[in-house]
Amino acid sequence: MHPIIKLVSQRLALGLLLLFGASALIFGLTEALPGDAAQAVLGQSATPEALANLREEMGLNRPALTRYFEWLGGIVQGDLGQSLTNKLDIAESIGKRLGNTLFLACVAAIVSVPLAIFLGLLAVRYRNRWPDKLISAITLTTVSIPEFLIGYVVIYYVSVKLGWFSSLAMINDSMSFGQKLNAIALPAFVLTLVVLAQMMRMTRAAILNLMQSAYIETAELKGLSTFQVIARHAFPNAISPIVNVVMLNLAYLVVGVVVVEVVFVYPGMGQYLVDAVTKRDVPVVLACGVVFAAVYIGLNMVADIVSILANPRLRHPK
Amino acid sequence: MSDTLLKVRDLKIGATVYPPGEKPHDIEIVHGVSFDLAPGKVLGLIGESGAGKSTIGLASMAYGRGGVEITGGEVWVNGRDIMKSSLGDVRNLRGGEVTYVSQSAAASFNPAKKIMDQVVEAAVEHKKFSRKEAEARARELFAKLGLPDPDNIGNRYPHQVSGGQLQRCMTALALCPEPDLVVFDEPTTALDVTTQIDVLMAIKEAIADTGVAALYITHDLAVVAQVSDDIMVLRMGDTVEYGNTDQIINNPQEEYTQALVSVRSIEHEEKQPTSEPVLSVDGITARYKGLNFDVLHNVNVELHPGQTLAVVGESGSGKSTLARVITGLLPPRDGEITFAGRKLSSDLAGRSREDLRELQMIYQMADVAMNPRQTVGTIIGRPLEFYFNMRGAEKHKRVVELLDEIELGEKFIDRYPAELSGGQKQRVCIARSLAAKPKMIICDEVTSALDPLVADGILKLLLDLQKIEDVAYLFITHDLATVRAISDSIAVMYQGRVVRYGPKSQVLSPPFDDYTDLLLSSVPEMHLGWLEEVVAHRKMESAGN
Repeated sequence: MHPIIKLVSQRLALGLLLLFGASALIFGLTEALPGDAAQAVLGQSATPEALANLREEMGLNRPALTRYFEWLGGIVQGDLGQSLTNKLDIAESIGKRLGNTLFLACVAAIVSVPLAIFLGLLAVRYRNRWPDKLISAITLTTVSIPEFLIGYVVIYYVSVKLGWFSSLAMINDSMSFGQKLNAIALPAFVLTLVVLAQMMRMTRAAILNLMQSAYIETAELKGLSTFQVIARHAFPNAISPIVNVVMLNLAYLVVGVVVVEVVFVYPGMGQYLVDAVTKRDVPVVLACGVVFAAVYIGLNMVADIVSILANPRLRHPK
Repeated sequence: MSDTLLKVRDLKIGATVYPPGEKPHDIEIVHGVSFDLAPGKVLGLIGESGAGKSTIGLASMAYGRGGVEITGGEVWVNGRDIMKSSLGDVRNLRGGEVTYVSQSAAASFNPAKKIMDQVVEAAVEHKKFSRKEAEARARELFAKLGLPDPDNIGNRYPHQVSGGQLQRCMTALALCPEPDLVVFDEPTTALDVTTQIDVLMAIKEAIADTGVAALYITHDLAVVAQVSDDIMVLRMGDTVEYGNTDQIINNPQEEYTQALVSVRSIEHEEKQPTSEPVLSVDGITARYKGLNFDVLHNVNVELHPGQTLAVVGESGSGKSTLARVITGLLPPRDGEITFAGRKLSSDLAGRSREDLRELQMIYQMADVAMNPRQTVGTIIGRPLEFYFNMRGAEKHKRVVELLDEIELGEKFIDRYPAELSGGQKQRVCIARSLAAKPKMIICDEVTSALDPLVADGILKLLLDLQKIEDVAYLFITHDLATVRAISDSIAVMYQGRVVRYGPKSQVLSPPFDDYTDLLLSSVPEMHLGWLEEVVAHRKMESAGN
């Protein structure tokens, strides 16, 4: 078998195994919390009899392992269960909100990834001179400030003072694509600022590391310009570390978007999760946890696979 | 075209150094070197490390490696002073008029790009040829340089061809843009001797065919004698001697050049085997985990007390694997090792402290074999503590004794490895292994990374110490001159097998087996026309078969 196929299928299998482990961990942890779904539905003042009855009705008396596999079986078939609070099908609610979150994350990614890589290349080109220092200073500043603070500062200046964009990033199906983009401009901007620094620094470090290589000297001695050397000879070898940090940040864009969504009142997964936690809606929390885990593991798996594919030694064995 | 292609006048090159614990300061590496090179001629730059020969070669491309800068003098290429040229002109010079072949083609080819893309890049970039023309020219060069399947080898990635082939590809890369001058920087040093001879011939023929001029940089006078018209001998950034090749090789004026020209100064009388060997390796067969073939096949050798067994072979012959098996790092699949009269456990964990003490090792890379944060005293003192429980004044006294034995002296006791030269580092490693009072030391290519004169000193020291301490050496090397200098018996290895084994006088006397003959005849000899003789001889032989 071609070594690439073998390695890639190993990664896929490992990803599934990890996802399985993550689901067990999520289930186990919510199990370990004090109180259960019945307690949550009936509230603190419920009588023990009422609780017992409800537990019987919801099947909470059965062993945790049985319930875990029932729940897992449901997930595999696309059934995430029902919300305790509004009795709606969770899969349906999540589907829509996940779509919104992915839309926001995609827009932020489309802006931030090329920008970060370009800034990284620029920083290498002008290493230790003012453009490099300026880029590092700005990106490190924005990554060091908590995102909710950036969010509120941006709202204050851009939407309150200047009135350019709405502070609320509400979107719905009746809006056109352009209107949607307009609505999410501010949260996408804040997210970009948050993830830019790490990707830019990694691009810079990975390429600087390669610039010491003998083949970079060969390229310089061919009379290529510095930017040609970086883009043609250093960048193709830096793909693997860069893709890894990009995927990590994309995962963050999906999973870590919670705070920004709340600040901008954006109807995405983050809002949904925060609502469910405040209402102790355990099945929803579980479902969100699994979806986040799947996104995280999936993106990192993609990074691994891209790294494998980017390695000429694996792509073209002897 | 002017009659001088490259004119260098009073070239001075400097760099800023950052010694530990001191303020950064500027030093001068090359102190005013001058020479001329006519079109189509080859000038050999020769010297030991630190002589500034690579720095001078790169200066002809207005390039300084790692903060190195031209601080004075003039470099004229094709009638232009390149120090006064604009950045754009310098770029046109690099890769267009002057090209470069480095020592390690394996590191100098970009692993992520196909060979063809890299070979034609400079020619296309400088608009010397269209992409199509450049590719046709590259294929021609591949064929001329004797590469297999010249029409398709360009589609491969660097890791898909061998080291010797890649070095030829690098030569094609340098010749592709039809430059006026090629700088060859130790192009065959990293190759095995049998490969070196082919690459050397390919380079020589390519130079003759294309009429390109060349700067040929090397530390090996015998090699440079085969390819160059003139030779400049450099030492510590100064010209020692500059003249035509015949004069430098056959009639050197300066003492330093004479030392370089004269063959090894060591004379070593072969010792007779004693009754009881200190080490006997019986029927060792070994393979690495994950590989489905053996790297050692039924190896049998013996080493007698106070004597030296040289294990000689090219890369991949299994000589270092043999050392790993003897030290216990790689348990063999079959066979056994008897050491000092007792059978050794096949893996490291099963060996006693006494086994470990009596069998020491010295490595090729002395600088990575020492902890950079320990002083020489600590490094040499460690085995004294570990094996003999020595402390305080007693340990100090023994460390000083050892430092005297390796001809460094007490003043080195508080120095760090970074403050030592390559030869001094290797001496410290020798002292460390002697501190354990071993019966046998495995020396793995211990002089390969050193300059010839320094290596000579190390070999002398090892022989002297052998007399004093009565220690046996298992000496692993690819260098036949070293083997001649120090061994009592020799094992020639090829593809994991011992193909020839016996006392030195017997192994190095005809009749030879095919491989030993090839190996011996491939070692460059210090006389003009040697390369042509060997190649002609081989052609005749293969025609006769």
